[in-house]
Amino acid sequence: MAMKPLAVTAYTMSNALGRGVAASLAALRRGESGLRPCDFEDATLATWIGRVVGLEDEALSGEFAPFDCRNNRLARLGLEQDGFGVTVRTARQRYGADRIGVFIGTSTSGIGATEHAYHQRDPDSGQLPGHFDYQHTHNLFSVADFTRRWLELSGVALAVSTACSSSAKAFASAYRHMCMGFCDAAVVGGVDSLCLTTLYGFNALELASAHPCRPWDADRDGLNVGEAAGFALLEWAEADDTRPLLLGYGESSDAYHMTAAHPEGAGAAQAMAQALARAELRPQQVDYINLHGTATSSNDAAEDRAVLRVFGPETPCSSTKGWTGHTLGAAGITEAAFVWLCLEHGLIPGTLNTRCIDPQLGAGVVLESREQALHVALSNSFGFGGTNCSLLFGRRAM
Amino acid sequence: MSHLYVEGIGLMAPGLASWADGRAVLAGERSYVAAAMPPLTATLLPTNERRRTTATVKLALQVAQEAILNAEIDPRTVATVLASSGGDSEVVDRICTALTQSGRPVSPTHFHHSVHNTPAGYWAIATQCTAPSLSLSAYDDSFAAGLLEAAALAWTEQTRVLLVAYDLPLPFPLSEHRTLAAPFAVALVLNPATTERRLATLRLKRSDDSSVSGLDDAQLEALRLGNPSARSLPLLRAIARSTATRLSLPTNAAGALALEVEP
Repeated sequence: MAMKPLAVTAYTMSNALGRGVAASLAALRRGESGLRPCDFEDATLATWIGRVVGLEDEALSGEFAPFDCRNNRLARLGLEQDGFGVTVRTARQRYGADRIGVFIGTSTSGIGATEHAYHQRDPDSGQLPGHFDYQHTHNLFSVADFTRRWLELSGVALAVSTACSSSAKAFASAYRHMCMGFCDAAVVGGVDSLCLTTLYGFNALELASAHPCRPWDADRDGLNVGEAAGFALLEWAEADDTRPLLLGYGESSDAYHMTAAHPEGAGAAQAMAQALARAELRPQQVDYINLHGTATSSNDAAEDRAVLRVFGPETPCSSTKGWTGHTLGAAGITEAAFVWLCLEHGLIPGTLNTRCIDPQLGAGVVLESREQALHVALSNSFGFGGTNCSLLFGRRAM
Repeated sequence: MSHLYVEGIGLMAPGLASWADGRAVLAGERSYVAAAMPPLTATLLPTNERRRTTATVKLALQVAQEAILNAEIDPRTVATVLASSGGDSEVVDRICTALTQSGRPVSPTHFHHSVHNTPAGYWAIATQCTAPSLSLSAYDDSFAAGLLEAAALAWTEQTRVLLVAYDLPLPFPLSEHRTLAAPFAVALVLNPATTERRLATLRLKRSDDSSVSGLDDAQLEALRLGNPSARSLPLLRAIARSTATRLSLPTNAAGALALEVEP
């Protein structure tokens, strides 16, 4: 039996394209990238980034002052868009504050606060400054804790941290908790912010491109790190629900290498096939695939093989990383939200910046955006450690 | 609510150097002495990988390996849930130190070791396990969050789940801002179906009563309070004593997590 679908009853997204869903939709339609040459803090790296403008000036204050760091500022900024907080408040009255779970994906949480504290170490004692608050900034749970407090929820809460699949897997975790009755509804999210750790880390791995990233391009040479916050309210779907539905999910482990994807994309294919099986859908019923598509040479090649194995060369697919950059732990929900926009507005986005598709690759990658009614779409998220997650969404005809 | 059957246990902490060792202490057969932990072997890891990995990875894999061996099951199809408050702080310290130096020489190895799911990745590589895996944090309540996730995964997908919870003291200077008393790691093989391998039966319920079960032994109680993963100790004691017990674990949800443990 197909899994019982969950409805996405509210969602919001903020990233380099701007604040709120409308900014992302407008940029998607206009083909305008949010990427810029790296101007984050004092980083001197020849790469491009997807930065959310203005975070530097938007400190958290009052009862939230202990949480103040770039990541939680980004979380707050995200929660304030699209009336998301108001919708959750209504849901809170309906379900009870302790019956709504919080599942937030993040890869680095507020590690930027620790980076800053290390710059301020006492030269004699080596101590960090007294104001450094590890629990409320750097700790992985901090962003989930901030989110639940901001939304005044008191149900189960956790941070999912599986690198770049984090906020995709948060959907699977939320679904399971709801199936068990551990909660009746869920706020699922992903928040990852720019920091020197990821910028210099990807640079050290020689995976950061000096150009705007070009997924599937013959000349692709790496990713651009981006930052984003996205949140969704998930509730059990109604019989005639016309909102985006989570129809299936698939998860797997590569068991191959810590940073390199399995060359045949075996784990990725397993995740996609499992998502289809859970939804009881055939590959031919999927109208669009939002690829993980980071634009590193080996990741795109592995994902291409996996897509070909499960779907063949016909299914339209694209990577939206050219708009936002790779938002790491927030990529899962950011790209899920792109999929909901595409389902709602009948849109297949192209692959921004990509000019010439690598002749070695065979998936049905779309270069130019086009309008087309969609019913079912898949989103892929893969990460370091060989973690894979595919989410399958659909929308019933109006 | 459905039952969950414990089929294998792994344990490593000062004075609790395996489940066999720790079971005797927790059952009250001998008193607790916080002896130093033996060197961690994590023999499942290929030699090259073992040399590159950190104390955090070795600790997590040590208990995972012990639990799987005790359960006598093939790990390749067992889903995993890894719970840890802060993950690998040694790696964080090295990266943040490098970022203060000229040229910011972040080591590529440290960077890929910095993700929270590093132990999960190494476990998958070591065992050739391609099953789903989820790594999470809920700060001091990470063990209960991991247990809930593992239970939800086991029941929803009708699969065995290996739950691993681990936390190590942070290095200086982070240690002054987050103090953990001692290393602690525990692993449980959980099956939604009963088999002859069953060591204990668990039933999870939410409780409105937020009082939390503690331990009588002052040193063990200090260990429980001093490491998020050691919040599992009342559960381990109930299993060790083989008597029907009702206990209460702290969670971050309103109330507490009530756990009925039966032999």
